[in-house]
Amino acid sequence: MSDKSHDPNQMTGAAMIVRALIDHGVTDIFGYPGGAVLPIYDEIFQQSEVQHILVRHEQGAGHAAEGYARSTGKPGVALVTSGPGATNMVTPLTDALMDSIPLVCISGQVPTHLIGNDAFQECDTVGITRPCTKHNWLVRDVNDLAKVLHEAFYVATTGRPGPVLVDVPKDVQFATGTYHPPRKSDVHRSYAPRVKGDATQIRKAVSLLAGAKRPVIYSGGGVINSGPEATKLLRELVEVTGFPITSTLMGLGAYPASGKNWLGMLGMHGTYEANMTMHDCDVMLCVGARFDDRITGRVDAFSPNSKKIHIDIDPSSINKNIRVDVPIIGDCGNILGDILQVFKAEAKKPDIKTWWQQIAQWRARNSLYYKKSNDVILPQHAIQSLFELTRGKDTYITTEVGQHQMWAAQFYGFEEPHRWMTSGGLGTMGYGLPAAIGVQVAHPDSLVIDIAGDASVQMTMQEMSTAVQYELPIKIFILNNQYMGMVRQWQQLLHGNRLSHSYSEALPDFVKLAEAYGGVGLQVTKPADLEGAIKEMISVKRPVLFDCRVAALENCFPMIPSGKAHNEMLLPEQANDEATAKAFAGGKALV
Amino acid sequence: MNQPASAYFIEERHDPNETHTLAVLVQNEPGVLARVIGLFSGRGYNIESLTVSETEAQKHLSRITIVTTGTPMVIQQIKHQLDRMIPVYQVVDMTQTKRSIERELAMVKVRGQGEHRVEALRLADAFRARVIDATTESFVFEITGNTDKINQFIDLMRPLGLVEVSRTGVAAIGRGPEGM
Repeated sequence: MSDKSHDPNQMTGAAMIVRALIDHGVTDIFGYPGGAVLPIYDEIFQQSEVQHILVRHEQGAGHAAEGYARSTGKPGVALVTSGPGATNMVTPLTDALMDSIPLVCISGQVPTHLIGNDAFQECDTVGITRPCTKHNWLVRDVNDLAKVLHEAFYVATTGRPGPVLVDVPKDVQFATGTYHPPRKSDVHRSYAPRVKGDATQIRKAVSLLAGAKRPVIYSGGGVINSGPEATKLLRELVEVTGFPITSTLMGLGAYPASGKNWLGMLGMHGTYEANMTMHDCDVMLCVGARFDDRITGRVDAFSPNSKKIHIDIDPSSINKNIRVDVPIIGDCGNILGDILQVFKAEAKKPDIKTWWQQIAQWRARNSLYYKKSNDVILPQHAIQSLFELTRGKDTYITTEVGQHQMWAAQFYGFEEPHRWMTSGGLGTMGYGLPAAIGVQVAHPDSLVIDIAGDASVQMTMQEMSTAVQYELPIKIFILNNQYMGMVRQWQQLLHGNRLSHSYSEALPDFVKLAEAYGGVGLQVTKPADLEGAIKEMISVKRPVLFDCRVAALENCFPMIPSGKAHNEMLLPEQANDEATAKAFAGGKALV
Repeated sequence: MNQPASAYFIEERHDPNETHTLAVLVQNEPGVLARVIGLFSGRGYNIESLTVSETEAQKHLSRITIVTTGTPMVIQQIKHQLDRMIPVYQVVDMTQTKRSIERELAMVKVRGQGEHRVEALRLADAFRARVIDATTESFVFEITGNTDKINQFIDLMRPLGLVEVSRTGVAAIGRGPEGM
């Protein structure tokens, strides 16, 4: 026998995959077995360092890995088989790409000699996932596998984080080759994300900030992705400058909702004060956000009189939608640190008292106002109650997509980063339930709640079975209005109230459904019973489906109508039929 | 402003388009061209011309030259989007440097007799095109030059019996002693 047989770095491709996961500190992965990944599952079976969570559908594995990643700052890992296993991952990969979530997906592939042969469960996985990953690889030689796996983790977690996929043919999993631990040379020389910001640009930014009369800080998910240091520095910058701060959907929690400079979320369903502040400001500091179309409204009327500073790690985010005056490429945390240092040394707190007085007037419009009822539960009230009753607890919130998601963003106050997991860019209905599973796996003793809608939650409902199997006590808080609420809202506002296929016909009995899965079902219909029911949900240490029956026709306001500017918001008290019709002029006849 | 009812802001922008030549240095690995082309089709950018070949075999480097059109904002986006791809080393806007030479090679087949044939030869001579194949009733010319010169030559050949054209697409390099 040769010496090689005693070399501990000689192993099969399948063993290398598990070994690489361990070397990258991975303790939990989400997956589903199949023909093309059986060798890897065999290795998983024979070890105990990496725990595998068996989902019920590969999409669930992807979203669970996303929830895991968002709540920990570590990469999420998913393992799927070839063909349908890989195609079912397309939605979570795209979701993670849009929201810059570090995800490593390992997919099995048919043996190398069968690739291109239309073999059983074959698909062109790297071709299909090329546009929905930050990068992907097909590994044809077992001796390349270690390098590729290490590079995959590096690419997923550095620069602007994102999903990556490594496609491993079954013969490569069986073949024996040489493994090596992670090393610097594993990474493409062409990949070198910039971390430090340009000093001249930073000085320009500070001089703009110091001279501002009507400033605003607009922060996004990049601050959270950058890590705890960036959050700390952002808070310090707000403190040192005294500037008002708003945030995108993805950025909630970087600055505490209870902070005195907090304006609430901005954008289409943001607060009046946040959007007016953005519109009328003279200096805007955008940190780790990307001027998405849900944020800007009408682009040619977006904050027309301001100088804009944009901090982003991705150069392609600069001037994509909005032309900015001072772009700074690099890591938010690093650049915020530099800005603070220069600001503290050379500038003093600008006097913006009159600006704050103006903001106070906008705040006084109370744009999140809604009318409570004693007869029926208002969805806003349900979320406010949930917030009050979980305040101070170790809570993580995920959501699905739609009205409930916007109400959650408006009415649930986030004090810390990594506590809010939502599908922002892609808007994936069905994200929240599996994401909650991922969060609960990462934080077994925390309270994990998926604020859901009755339509979204049915898209990935099968993962209740996963929650029951692994005793993950996630709470699915369904705002059940028996509609695809956001679709219906748009149909009411823009399509003549013709509610085409937005009614949730034949809804399941969620209480019985929960019981059928082996979980706990709760239902509440009256405002008076709400608090007690939420308390019961929190105290139950098992997965819960909470069927919260809410006002069926409530709509989500305030709102920037399409094609309008930030200062043309529709406020709840104005949202009567006539004003709505006027705001949506150009649309079809409104009822 | 009236726009149709939509969840999106639909008004189009009407900035004037510019044509730019980009030189992209990439790691020559499987799928790299598909990535670059997929970026253009996926994001709705134009490709006017595309030229690809390995340029440094030992280092597995390929050079892709792309001629594209778009508004200045779109051109900037294209460069940034290319630059952030993992196997891309460098993106240089050859048009922006204003110090680049662009060349294209075309093979032009012309069929004709008598006066047309003589005229074709005469024009080929004036354009410094070479005859690389000839029969009693046809020529294949090889011509090198920038895109305009080749377009002009092809237009002149049209009435003289143009049969077909094969073009390489643009290759570009900077003037002076410095590399990319």
